[in-house]
Amino acid sequence: MTLKTPPVARPLGVAQPSPVGTARTLLLAGVLLCLLTVGMTGFAAYLTITVAETGVWKTALGAATLVVVVLALLTARPLISGFRQQVASTTAAEAGDLVSARKFRARAAQSGWTALGSCLPLMFIATFTMFLLANDHAVQTTFFDAQFMAQSVGDVTVAFGENIKIALLAEAFVLVWALVIALARLAPSKAGRPLRWLATAYVDVFRAIPSIIVIYLVGFGLPLAGVPILSEMGPMWSAVLALTLTYGAYVAEVYRAGIEGIHWSQVSAARSLGLSYGKTMRHVIVPQAVRKVTPPLLNDFIGLQKDTALVTIIGTVDAFTQAKMYSSNYFNLSSVTVVAILFIIITIPQTRFVDRLLERDARRQLSKG
Amino acid sequence: MAFLELNDVEKSYATNPVLRGITLHVAKHQVVCLIGASGCGKSTLLRCVNALEDIQGGDIRLDGDVVSGEGIDVNSLRRKVGIVFQSFNLFPHMTVLQNVTLSPIRVLGVPRADAEKQAIALLTRVGLAEKADAYPDQLSGGQQQRVAIVRALAMNPEVLLLDEITSALDPELVAEVLNIVRDLAADGLTILMATHEMSFAREVADTVAYIHEGTVLEQGPPADIFGAPQHERTQAFLKKIIEAGRL
Ligand SMILES: Nc1ncnc2c1ncn2[C@@H]1O[C@H](COP(=O)(O)OP(=O)(O)OP(=O)(O)O)[C@@H](O)[C@H]1O
Ligand SMILES: [Mg+2]
Repeated sequence: MTLKTPPVARPLGVAQPSPVGTARTLLLAGVLLCLLTVGMTGFAAYLTITVAETGVWKTALGAATLVVVVLALLTARPLISGFRQQVASTTAAEAGDLVSARKFRARAAQSGWTALGSCLPLMFIATFTMFLLANDHAVQTTFFDAQFMAQSVGDVTVAFGENIKIALLAEAFVLVWALVIALARLAPSKAGRPLRWLATAYVDVFRAIPSIIVIYLVGFGLPLAGVPILSEMGPMWSAVLALTLTYGAYVAEVYRAGIEGIHWSQVSAARSLGLSYGKTMRHVIVPQAVRKVTPPLLNDFIGLQKDTALVTIIGTVDAFTQAKMYSSNYFNLSSVTVVAILFIIITIPQTRFVDRLLERDARRQLSKG
Repeated sequence: MAFLELNDVEKSYATNPVLRGITLHVAKHQVVCLIGASGCGKSTLLRCVNALEDIQGGDIRLDGDVVSGEGIDVNSLRRKVGIVFQSFNLFPHMTVLQNVTLSPIRVLGVPRADAEKQAIALLTRVGLAEKADAYPDQLSGGQQQRVAIVRALAMNPEVLLLDEITSALDPELVAEVLNIVRDLAADGLTILMATHEMSFAREVADTVAYIHEGTVLEQGPPADIFGAPQHERTQAFLKKIIEAGRL
């Protein structure tokens, strides 16, 4: 296709080349930050070796901080190569080779950013180390007393089994209970209206009350009121009941969003095959919804697992209760740090798993276009 | 008396009337094609026959029995009247075999083994037996639509409703789906279908009904409707179709 464009008066001559610019300021900033990082990590390493408690910590922390110092020194490498590129860029610019000049300048800037980026986490580590060692390493001994941690880890881990038991039981009940609530919230037709109201009220109420209050009320209130059966179930089952009530409300909303997210044409298709409303839900809608909501559901479960530490207020001997006993006997919180570490250990794999599921779903969405 | 009768059927969405007195009779073993401009109410009509939508006036009768309005057993109606949609609507979490056997097992109570045997037989007939264990997203559009037809057939319907089943397909996949419909028609299945495939309608239909703004403006044998349309609007519609090269 040929388009006739009227000739436009345009000044003859060379197009103005875009300026090459320089990465020098960036590189200088990099140098300053690099020096600061080396200084801070060096100081942290010095503190560790001179101040830290003797024994395991001294060796471990000493080695670790030395590694950090080495890493800090290594940030000089991208800086050096950055300066080389910058020189090359200047030379090329002087020789009139603007394309190469720009290329080298871009590489110099890239190196500068790399150096800056590596300095930040190292500075963070150095700061944290200094914090631990502050006040004659009081922070370290309070939170990370190795000996005391080793002493308490056995009992705390055994008691952590109670947290896991409560979590697993509550999760199993929540899976079913929340689905019941969600289906009640979506109950069809006029006849379903009272059911919808009831379920909505339940969800509103239990999403409003902090779980610690629910645990307290269930754990102490039911025995106090002498409700038959419910008052004799003991703190462990009280905790399971309380967490099921609270998280049932959250997960019901997750299910509901999932069910409502299934396209109505799926309902049409199922109903047109003669399936009743109930069978349509059971065989067609709910299975698809559950698949969709697995990631948010697992997120709520992670929250539930962490809330098992709240049962300490009703006297269940869980990991936190056990750790507090240790800490009040020895005036040291390192046993509680052990609990924190245990929660981290069980939670991180789950969050990674959720990320993976989300990524997979995103890829599916993409591939479907 | 016709097998499927729509008598003066009226349907509106809120205040918007979509069907304004549709009267249409489908005899047993006949193929009736609904043609008409987009938005004239073809899909709505088919959904009403299957009781996926309520109607506000008139009645629908199947084999003499009223199947519209309050108090009807929709599930037993839907056992007799199958429908296939433009967008396939297969269940994405089930394999082809599970899609096809779901309602025979859950609605008719057919033992699983028998349902699967019948499903495989039907799938073989449409050339998809080897896809029995595939999931819908592993199939082409044409294959998915063939599965959707098989899924409806697995209930042994007495009437099959087809709603523009080839509209969502790439042109080269249309034939494989229409061939199946042609087969079913030859076998004597009663079919009521909305379609934009005019040459197919001309070839297979016993009756063609031109729908305009929710009424049947004109109906008759395809030779009459396509050859000598009486109504001005039908003529205009067919003229456009011919201009678009679709007849
Ligand atoms: N669920 C609904 N709510 C409100 N209006 C609707 C609904 N479904 C359809 N309509 C309206 O009813 C009219 C008829 O729609 P219908 O889908 O039956 O047309 P159609 O003849 O099948 O068209 P097409 O050839 O595009 O499929 C349209 O004007 C549409 O906007
Ligand atoms: Mg339509």
